[in-house]
Amino acid sequence: MSRRGPLFVARQSYRRRRLRDGARLLPLCGAFLFLLPMLWSPGTGTDRGTAPDGIYLFAVWAGLIVVAAILSPKLAGADDGATSDGGDEA
Amino acid sequence: MPFDILVLACLGYVAFLFGVAFWVERRADLGRVGWLQSPLVYTLSLSIYCTAWTFYGAVGNAARSGLEFLTIYLGPTLVFVGWWWLLRKLVRIGRQQRVTSIADLIANRYGKSNLLGVIVTVISVVAATPYIALQLQSVTLSFGVFASATPEGWGLEDRGVTAMWVAGGLALFTILFGTRNLDANEQHTGIVTAIAVEAVVKLVALVSVGVFVVWGLVDGPADMMARINASDLAAWDLQPSRWIGITLLSAAAVICLPRMFQVLVVENADERHLATASWAFPLYLFLMSLFVVPIAVVGLERMPAGSNPDLFVLSLPLAEGRGGLAMLAFLGGFSSATSMVIVAAIALATMVSNHIVMPLWLAVLPKRAVAGDLRGIVLLARRLSIGGVVTLGYIYFAMSGGSAALASIGLISFAGAAQILPAMLGGIFWRGATKRGAVLGLTVGAALWAYTLFLPSFGPGAVFSSGLMADGPFGLGWLRPQALFGVTGMDPLIHACFWSLSLNTGAFLMGSLFSFPGPLERAQGAAFVNVFDAEAGPRAWLRGTADPEALLIMAQRILGEEEALAYFEAAARAQGKAGYLPDPTPAFVGALERRLSGSVGSATAHAMLSQLAGRAAVSVEDLMAVADEAAQIMEYSARLESQQHELTRTARALREANEKLTQLSVQKDAFLSQISHELRTPMTSIRAFSEILREGAPPAAAARHAGIIHDEAVRLTRLLDDLLDLSVLENGSVQLDLELANLQQIIDRALLAAAQTRPERVFTIDRDLPREAIFLRTDPGRLTQVFINLISNARKYCAADRPELRIIVRQKGGRVSIDIIDNGAGIPKAQQALVFEKFARLPDAARAGGAGLGLAICREVMANLGGTVTYLPGQRGAAFRVTVPLRLEKAA
Repeated sequence: MSRRGPLFVARQSYRRRRLRDGARLLPLCGAFLFLLPMLWSPGTGTDRGTAPDGIYLFAVWAGLIVVAAILSPKLAGADDGATSDGGDEA
Repeated sequence: MPFDILVLACLGYVAFLFGVAFWVERRADLGRVGWLQSPLVYTLSLSIYCTAWTFYGAVGNAARSGLEFLTIYLGPTLVFVGWWWLLRKLVRIGRQQRVTSIADLIANRYGKSNLLGVIVTVISVVAATPYIALQLQSVTLSFGVFASATPEGWGLEDRGVTAMWVAGGLALFTILFGTRNLDANEQHTGIVTAIAVEAVVKLVALVSVGVFVVWGLVDGPADMMARINASDLAAWDLQPSRWIGITLLSAAAVICLPRMFQVLVVENADERHLATASWAFPLYLFLMSLFVVPIAVVGLERMPAGSNPDLFVLSLPLAEGRGGLAMLAFLGGFSSATSMVIVAAIALATMVSNHIVMPLWLAVLPKRAVAGDLRGIVLLARRLSIGGVVTLGYIYFAMSGGSAALASIGLISFAGAAQILPAMLGGIFWRGATKRGAVLGLTVGAALWAYTLFLPSFGPGAVFSSGLMADGPFGLGWLRPQALFGVTGMDPLIHACFWSLSLNTGAFLMGSLFSFPGPLERAQGAAFVNVFDAEAGPRAWLRGTADPEALLIMAQRILGEEEALAYFEAAARAQGKAGYLPDPTPAFVGALERRLSGSVGSATAHAMLSQLAGRAAVSVEDLMAVADEAAQIMEYSARLESQQHELTRTARALREANEKLTQLSVQKDAFLSQISHELRTPMTSIRAFSEILREGAPPAAAARHAGIIHDEAVRLTRLLDDLLDLSVLENGSVQLDLELANLQQIIDRALLAAAQTRPERVFTIDRDLPREAIFLRTDPGRLTQVFINLISNARKYCAADRPELRIIVRQKGGRVSIDIIDNGAGIPKAQQALVFEKFARLPDAARAGGAGLGLAICREVMANLGGTVTYLPGQRGAAFRVTVPLRLEKAA
């Protein structure tokens, strides 16, 4: 599509786009943190307890929920006009 | 606890759900949806992800493999938290294309291909069957837990009967509410609300058991931590391949499972609900998982060795003598199972009826398809399909004997559903994805899944002999179902997922790269991938030869008579036509197709419309031409639009100028004829009398005649003076002698001068002298002239027996207004607008002495003095208001 928006946008639109970037980044962050325990317990799990691992996972989980809850109303509110997937540069 | 009470509680609970669904449907029928379509209900309905597999199986899973059970909820969490990537697009596409199921989505995307619809339907049904069996099994097992505690015991054969009753009841419930009507959007408000209620019940139940375990059986969280670390459960090993694999699998399943797609996309009433669900649904999963490990640990500690960890949620409270809590837990599990079966049955039945039964019906009986009401057939097909799906689940349950651990059955189902993922993701993000690629990928993936996971799951010797499992078919070792291509040492589940998904994706990509999509595929591909860009995708219909009446007849058979008529009437009105038959424009046919696909699926709707719309399929050239045209039109339209605006402006200006000119011309003609008339009358009498004089008249008569001639000449002069005066005033080139003047004196002078008009009449003058004591800076001579004119008019025209004249002076801001009001008949409404025009005289012109220029001159004078003179209606007599500025500046 040749219909590109302007190269630079006003402060408000800029913030909105970074918000969307944040929303896209969130699951990647979550995936990284959820996969981290794989590196902690190589082979035997003798030196590590299950409870701390569980607490870590639930804490990350809760963090994701909180961040998503903060982001989502703003994203939903910003969902007007050009919401094109591709043209979100700068 | 007596078994009868348990059954009674179950029936009561089902009746309650029935009541909820019924009440909601009633409200929806009345149009009072309100909170029923709130983000909360939407989120809760998504919780059918947590089936009995979660409710009972998660604890069992945790008891067997530690924290690994969490991966099943972490995957969906990532998908929902990242809704901006995928779910938002999926829901938008689903709503825009009126998608009825996941099979419909795939079929619609790849050129409304029914073949793909059938493939996805078959995969979904096969994958869902064990899952439905799992639900029946869990309900039956939970009944068994209660029953075995009772003295009379419970035989194994009773389990089959229980499962049958449960299956039958669920099928009935689903049919009653799931196929009540053939809704345009396939939305079932009643069912969704009932499911939301069940979601609350199961959450409350599981959390209650968890709280009881942590604070009732153990000394709070700290003690719990210690016990967890000390228990057998802590010996679990994190296998990276399973950790990653199951997370991905559950992430795929949450969008590919037919029942999840149903509640996530099809039943979505508002896209904004997704924003709330993006964090609320993970929160639900979080709460559901929170107490799983504690329950498992305490269960392992307290329950006798060998008891089924899948049923700890139920057996633990029962063993501790908490009958009420056990009852709640039982209802929670019951809720989990029933809600899953209901939604899965609806989703699968929609797919089966739209993609298998209806096309078959149309193919076998094309004649019947053209006549008669199709809705009955569709509904019947759907009801039978629900029955069929539940029956399949029951048969699987009866055959498998319900022995396998819950978790493994669930994951098999997940892996089957995940085969749809490549075709789905490719379809909505990659325009190059083609039907051939999708068919290839789905077939390869499904076949591998069946070969490596599904069929072996029946156990050695059931479908595959143990020899085949160990040595491969025909002794071909590299084809061993659980060690394909020599890959050994992998977990069977991960092995199956790895091969099926990677080869599925590979076949899909290769097939897409090396094939050329049909025009309809390309159109749909663009519409899906660019769903946020265009308002509507390129149209797949050309201006065809479809007969609107035939379209209407067909639509009536699918939508019902009234609804179809209303839809066609609205479309006709939108096209600016009266009546019920719109033109079969591409836009209309496209919209109608989408509307119909909401009821019978896109492939069927497309096939049915093709029969009527003549050239159904567009060619690639057509498509490009249309797109080209569209681009050109877009380019031109902006330019044309600005040009058109300019033209409109010019045209308007021209029209206005023309109107003014016409008016002026009319005025000029009227003016000339009036003036000729006015000049001619005195001229005629002057000529007549001068002729008499020339022929010699007696001196007495001569003097009289000369007097008349003189009078007429004076009248002529006055007329010409007035005309000159008026033209000078109109040009604005009049000389004003500005000075300070007392308003009272001006009025005095005007009254005196006007008294000469019809001096025989005696007027009562009503004035308020003190208020007239105002000094104006104006041209007193001109102002007096206006007053004289107005007062003379009153004297002339006021027909009252005891004529009165009121003069009211008011000062307001920098302006002074003088009202001159008589008590005569006033001026008729029709004349009020005209009295200030030149030569305008009232109908009883007999008494009029002037040429009708007086008020016209007044108006011009006042305009020159920076004021106005207007007729003042509603004063029970003729009334004029003169307003003048207190200080007239020279420049004016």
